[in-house]
Amino acid sequence: MAVLLIAEHNNKELRPFTLNAITAASQIDTEVHALIIGHNSAEAVKQLSEIPVVKKVLSVEAAHYENFTAENFSPVIVKLAENYSHIVCSANTFGKNLMPRVAAHLDTSQVSDIIKVISPDTFLRPIYAGNAFATIKSNDTKKCVTIRPTSFEPCESSGGSAAIEKVEAGEEFSNTKFIKREEIKSDRPELGTARIVVSGGRGMQSGDNFKLITEIADKLGAAIGASRAAVDAGYVSNDHQVGQTGKVVVPDLYIAIGISGAIQHLAGMKESKVIVAINKDGEAPIFSVADYGLEADLFEAIPQFMEELNKLNTIQK
Amino acid sequence: MKILVAVKRVIDYNVQIRVKEDGSGIATDNVKMSTNPPDDNAIEEAVKIKEAGKATEIVAITVGEEKAQETVRKALAVGADRGIHVKVDGILEPLAVSKILQKVVDKEKPDLVFMGKQAIDDDCNQTGQMLSALLNWPQATFASKIEVKDNKLEVTREIDEGLETIEINVPAIVTCDLRLNEPRYASLPNIMKAKKKPIEEIAASDLGVDVAPRLEQLKVEEPPKRKAGIKVANVAELVQKLKNEAKVI
Repeated sequence: MAVLLIAEHNNKELRPFTLNAITAASQIDTEVHALIIGHNSAEAVKQLSEIPVVKKVLSVEAAHYENFTAENFSPVIVKLAENYSHIVCSANTFGKNLMPRVAAHLDTSQVSDIIKVISPDTFLRPIYAGNAFATIKSNDTKKCVTIRPTSFEPCESSGGSAAIEKVEAGEEFSNTKFIKREEIKSDRPELGTARIVVSGGRGMQSGDNFKLITEIADKLGAAIGASRAAVDAGYVSNDHQVGQTGKVVVPDLYIAIGISGAIQHLAGMKESKVIVAINKDGEAPIFSVADYGLEADLFEAIPQFMEELNKLNTIQK
Repeated sequence: MKILVAVKRVIDYNVQIRVKEDGSGIATDNVKMSTNPPDDNAIEEAVKIKEAGKATEIVAITVGEEKAQETVRKALAVGADRGIHVKVDGILEPLAVSKILQKVVDKEKPDLVFMGKQAIDDDCNQTGQMLSALLNWPQATFASKIEVKDNKLEVTREIDEGLETIEINVPAIVTCDLRLNEPRYASLPNIMKAKKKPIEEIAASDLGVDVAPRLEQLKVEEPPKRKAGIKVANVAELVQKLKNEAKVI
C-alpha cells in the first residue's frame, strides 16, 4: 500500500514545507501519492507533478476548498484513505489543524510531529517541548502521521512527471465560514524557515533598543526572534517569539542576545546548527547550549559586532 | 450558553523534566504538577464570556487519575460552576480522551467546548480537533481572539502565515492559544468557595469507551547533548570563528 501525502499550498504554488513532508513520506514507503485540495490551484498541481519522488498526483478542486478549512478537507482525505497505509502531512498549523480530524474519522491514534522515520510503523518524536525524545510504534492498521518539517530535507522539486488524477469534490461544511487572512508581510525571511535568526531578550531593556537587533538582522539577512520575556515586556510583537509557546526554529545560525536561556526558550532553538550567545551574565543557562559564547555587555558588543561584519568582504545570504 | 472546558494535569511548565534511566518515561514522583497552561486560557475565556452575560454555566472537566481532580478544583476557584472528573488510570491517548469527551458532551449538551490547543507533556495537539470530528462540529483551533455573536463565534486563529479569522456556528469546539488572554489567579475566598462546588465523578468504564492505547512507547530518551561550546574573548574573535570555523556568515 502507498503513502498519501497531503500537500500544503496557497492555490498558486506549493508551500515550501510540502517538499520536506514528501521526503518524510518517501522514507515510509517509496510509493508516494500526493493529494492537493484547492481552488484554481492548477499551477500548484503542476509543481507537485514535477516532483520526482511523487508517483501520482490526486487533485480535488472546488470553491469551498479555497481557504483550506479542515472541516471541508477531512471528508475528502477520509474517503481516499482506504487505498493507503499512511496519511502524512506537515506538523505546521495547516497539518496540526487538519490531521487529527482525519485520524478521528479513521479511528486511528495519530503520531504527531515526528522527527525521524525509524520504520514504517515506528517513529521518533519530541515530547515535553523537545526535552525528551520518544520512540513510538503505531499498532493501527492505518497510520496518520504529521512530520516536523525542519527535521527532513526538502525533496528535489523538478524533473518528474507524475500522472495527475482528478478526484471528485466532497460536500461543503456549512457551519464554518472563512472571513479573512492577514498575512504578515515582511522583506525579512520567515522566522520558521530563516537560515539565520537574531533574537533579543529581556537584556535589550526596551523596545527602542530592539533596533540594534534589527540592524544586525538586516546586515545578515536574518529573521528576528525574541524570548518570551522580551515579548511579555512589550519590546517586540508576539509573532517573533521563539520557544515552547512560540515558534520552534532550526536555523544554521542562531544568535541569542541578552537572553538568559529559560527552559521554555531553549526548547524553541536548541536544535539550531550553530548557536551564539551574547550575555553579560557568564552563568546564564544560554551558554550551556551555545557553540560560541561571548560574555559581554550587549550595548558594547552589538555595535562592535556591526563594525566587524562591515569589515567582511562578503556575507553569505 | 453553556460552556464545557476540558483541563489536563501535567508537569508544571517551570520544571526541568527528568527522563527515567530505564527509558520507560518521564519521572513524575514528587514533581510539581499544574494545569496545562493553555487550558488555563480556556477556563479564563469561558469565565470572561460568562461575566459578559453571554454564558449561563461553565462546567470544567478532566479525564485521568485521582489527582487530576486538582485541575478541576482550580477551574472552580477561578469561576467554573461545577466539575466533572472522568476517572481512568494509565496512559490515555488523545483519541481515547476525545471519545470520552464525546460521551460527556452527548449527556451535558454544551453549546461550546473549550480546551488548550496542546498539552505541554505529550505535545500531541489532537484532542480538540478529534472531538470536533467525532461530533461533526465546527472547530476553531489556536484561537487568540473570540467574539461571541448570538449563535455564532468569530474566532481569530494564530496560523504560520499570520492570523486567520473564521466564523463558526454553535455548537462548536475552540482550542485556545496562550495569546488568547491573561489567566487570573484564584483569590483565597474563591478557593474556599470552590471547595463547596460539586464535582461529579464518572468511571470511564461506565461510558462504554475503549481507551486501550493504540501506540506503544518503546523508549523515552534524553535528546542528544550538544557538544560543549567555547567562550570567545571578544567580538572580533566571534566574527572570525563564525566566518572561518563554523562558516555560517
